[in-house]
Amino acid sequence: MATEDANKILAPGVAAPDFSLHSTPDQLVSLSDFRGAPLIVAFYPADWSPVCGDQMALYNEVLPEFHKFKAQIVGISVDGSWCHDAFAQNRKLHFPLLADFEPKGAVARKYGAYRDREGVCERALFVIDPKGTIAGSYLSPVGVNPGADGILDALEALATKK
Amino acid sequence: MSPSAKLQPPVGANDHVEGPAKAPVTLVEYGDYECPYCGEAYPVVKALQKRLGDQVRFVFRNFPLAEAHPHAEHAAEAAEAAGAQGKFWEMHDLLYENQDALEDGDLVRYAQALHLDVPRFVKEMEAHAYIERVRADFSSGVRSGVNGTPSFFINGARHDGPFDLGSLLAAIEEVA
Repeated sequence: MATEDANKILAPGVAAPDFSLHSTPDQLVSLSDFRGAPLIVAFYPADWSPVCGDQMALYNEVLPEFHKFKAQIVGISVDGSWCHDAFAQNRKLHFPLLADFEPKGAVARKYGAYRDREGVCERALFVIDPKGTIAGSYLSPVGVNPGADGILDALEALATKK
Repeated sequence: MSPSAKLQPPVGANDHVEGPAKAPVTLVEYGDYECPYCGEAYPVVKALQKRLGDQVRFVFRNFPLAEAHPHAEHAAEAAEAAGAQGKFWEMHDLLYENQDALEDGDLVRYAQALHLDVPRFVKEMEAHAYIERVRADFSSGVRSGVNGTPSFFINGARHDGPFDLGSLLAAIEEVA
């Protein structure tokens, strides 16, 4: 499943770059808010992709499985917070979508997860350990929803390492 | 952290299976009874079974997207409740042929139409007797890399791509 760009995203063992992004027009979410528990960071190209195959909608259904590992999840795209707000309400999402909107894609670039040509985020997954180090990362072909099995494998590995 | 997208667990005694165990092709669908794309896939699978005959074994596992589809989980439980009375596939078909009528009253109506023991069906539906089964299917789907509904696995490997008859047949020809 690896792509030719697989080396460009941040690799396991690296400290996850901090971020502070809007989850709603008046609320900021930072990486440091999640210290002490695993965090899944899912970069994705855009809100409003087709319903049943939608990556964020899938993670919404899988939340109980993530929570078994005490893990939280955030989605990040370059869409603005008003757009995220409407999308999250429409899909009844129970986790935050962060707006990498201004300066556009700045956080995605730090993670090596920005597509310059299209001006959107890659479809890239990161599992960050409770201390803020990247425990796993995966760059998906942009048209393929990577599912959640890789995430759960990484969370399981983290849990057994302790 | 690469997804493996491999079916796990493999098809076993607990699965709902149509077709011979020794068929060279096993097609597994993770589906949601309220999902319109699964509704589109339903006649495709029927046509594929007709075309391939005893060369294919078809397995259905539940993957209700309960947040997106408020009737999906109950419908899955109804199919399992019918399965407990030996009529899983009959209920499965009725649900896909009536995707716009999946209220609890509709489910009871289908149980009557299939001549099930209706009091038992209602009792088991009210007790959510098969919810664990449905959730176990869902979990296995997540671990297998299900990334939307429907998700198909051909001889254990996830099929990425369109699921019209031609595409599925072509994918099957590649592995069989």
